[in-house]
Amino acid sequence: MMLSKGLKRKREEEEEEKEALAVDAWWLEPGHPAVAQAPPAVASSSLFDLSVLKLHHSLRQSEPDLRHLVLVVNTLRRIQASMAPAAALPPAPSPPTAPGIADNLLASSDAALSASMASLLEDLSHIEGLSQAPQPLVDEGPPGRPSGAAPPSLGALDLLGPATGCLLDDGLEGLFEDIDTSMYDSEFWAPVSEGHKSSPEDGPGKEEAPELDEAELDYLMDVLVGTQALERPPGPGR
Amino acid sequence: MIPRLGALTQDTLWCFSQVKGTIEIGATEADIISTVEFNHTGELLATGDKGGRVVIFQREQESKNQVHRRGEYNVYSTFQSHEPEFDYLKSLEIEEKINKIRWLPQQNAAYFLLSTNDKTVKLWKVSERDKRPEGYNLKDEEGRLRDPATITTLRVPVLRPMDLMVEATPRRVFANAHTYHINSISVNSDYETYMSADDLRINLWNFEITNQSFNIVDIKPANMEELTEVITAAEFHPHHCNTFVYSSSKGTIRLCDMRASALCDRHTKFFEEPEDPSNRSFFSEIISSISDVKFSHSGRYIMTRDYLTVKVWDLNMENRPIETYQVHDYLRSKLCSLYENDCIFDKFECVWNGSDSVIMTGSYNNFFRMFDRNTKRDVTLEASRENSKPRAILKPRKVCVGGKRRKDEISVDSLDFSKKILHTAWHPSENIIAVAATNNLYIFQDKVN
Repeated sequence: MMLSKGLKRKREEEEEEKEALAVDAWWLEPGHPAVAQAPPAVASSSLFDLSVLKLHHSLRQSEPDLRHLVLVVNTLRRIQASMAPAAALPPAPSPPTAPGIADNLLASSDAALSASMASLLEDLSHIEGLSQAPQPLVDEGPPGRPSGAAPPSLGALDLLGPATGCLLDDGLEGLFEDIDTSMYDSEFWAPVSEGHKSSPEDGPGKEEAPELDEAELDYLMDVLVGTQALERPPGPGR
Repeated sequence: MIPRLGALTQDTLWCFSQVKGTIEIGATEADIISTVEFNHTGELLATGDKGGRVVIFQREQESKNQVHRRGEYNVYSTFQSHEPEFDYLKSLEIEEKINKIRWLPQQNAAYFLLSTNDKTVKLWKVSERDKRPEGYNLKDEEGRLRDPATITTLRVPVLRPMDLMVEATPRRVFANAHTYHINSISVNSDYETYMSADDLRINLWNFEITNQSFNIVDIKPANMEELTEVITAAEFHPHHCNTFVYSSSKGTIRLCDMRASALCDRHTKFFEEPEDPSNRSFFSEIISSISDVKFSHSGRYIMTRDYLTVKVWDLNMENRPIETYQVHDYLRSKLCSLYENDCIFDKFECVWNGSDSVIMTGSYNNFFRMFDRNTKRDVTLEASRENSKPRAILKPRKVCVGGKRRKDEISVDSLDFSKKILHTAWHPSENIIAVAATNNLYIFQDKVN
């Protein structure tokens, strides 16, 4: 029932200092003084990674448990807030407003969650070469595809990792030209259902600036790396 | 709260009575019990399982010959309440697991209960048949139609005894009213209506009408991205048919009055305890999420269960509970591990005894806990096959939190987190409890002197 202990960490050098919340230590050394519940001011990345993993796992369910999802997202928010309290977060792009369609029991949950995912894709599509914003569908979501790929309150990329590390030397185009966009066909990025998500026409109107600054690029990198980490089969560490 | 061992005559002694279910370790997942409920007289005990089945046990009449053997519960009826369904539009399988069973008060010879899975509530009628009409004019004994021309005399059919047959028939199906997963159903004290609650909405139904329901609570935000809280449980007041409560994943309880408005999005009362700053952690919200809410039989109090505690609230005091009981506080230092293995999301239920003086809830390692509100004593008991000799007195269990472990104690790290007691029930008037331990149902009674 336990999740794998060997979570792959992106910034392994920092982990050694953060034993207090390292998952392994908890299980093996119950008497360890670090076990005492004095929540550190800053959460370790492992807890953050664990939460992101849970979020993705929850979203991969054909019908996510809403309570589990909401609790994980709220916890992720707390962790993220403690990790980067001072970072100047770029303003969250305003999500597409869900049109006032009468509550359709069959489509509303898909549509609402998909709206979040659409806004996420919207931002990613600003990046050169990723203009794969899904086409709007007039009718219900295509049958046979699972719904609910977006967390309900992921209104911003600010949820997906603090801005650290990756400098992008060769500019935007060079970075992404080798990205295989077929990842957007994976079940994680489920196509959105009718009407409730942004259409490509909305895109240009929402573009805030033609260029993204470094902080935003870091966020987006984390998104992409995080998603790709999911697609990769478990490595030897697991 | 430190439990003290009082004189044995003062405390209730619990004895093993029965266990139902398979013994094999490899029992199927479909056999996992997902809900347990006594009816209003305690004569019947219903269980629902992950496979969509309902099993009803009936207490046998106590015989004068065996005064030491209190009435045992035997299988009365078994039926398939819900089947797995496939939502073709969303390409989703709807689980047949029975989330809740609620009995209706008995009004005639038949028994009625509501059972629900994630999406559909059903009203079942359970009735006995012990007589059969014989001697029809137009049918022969096998039921074949007779040629009217051959009939020369008429007779009146008579009822003849037959072997008792208990049949369960679905009388109403309340479907297509919930987008999200139903977590609660509650029968109103008017016996004409009931409510069903899912993660974001609560609907009011009339038992006679299946094609429409009234939405009385809707917390779905206009923009799903703003969703931060869900409904976790709901219940009607036992006497006031206009009043109900619902709990949330943020540890709050709202009491609503249906007379105030049709849509009860604005609560009449709001119960929330301020967070203890010394206990604050990243998991504070998750462990504050209320997994069950129950009115006392008197209607004066509500009891809530969150991950580590059970709280009793006075309806007249909203700012804090009047009593808080620690169920397994030794887990507080293990929250990170419990978050990792998802145990922190387990939803434990809680129950009152008939007189509202004792409350009970489950824990891990097949332990369950009882708290006496008057004496402030508590006890930890275990539902296990080892303690399953008839009328064997259950020995109190103790978890060792640190330091030297005594002989009978169990250390926190030895607890089996896969053995969780999520569902329990207490007989409405007697000291008989039903405890669901995965796929087994244990029945315990207090010692008969």
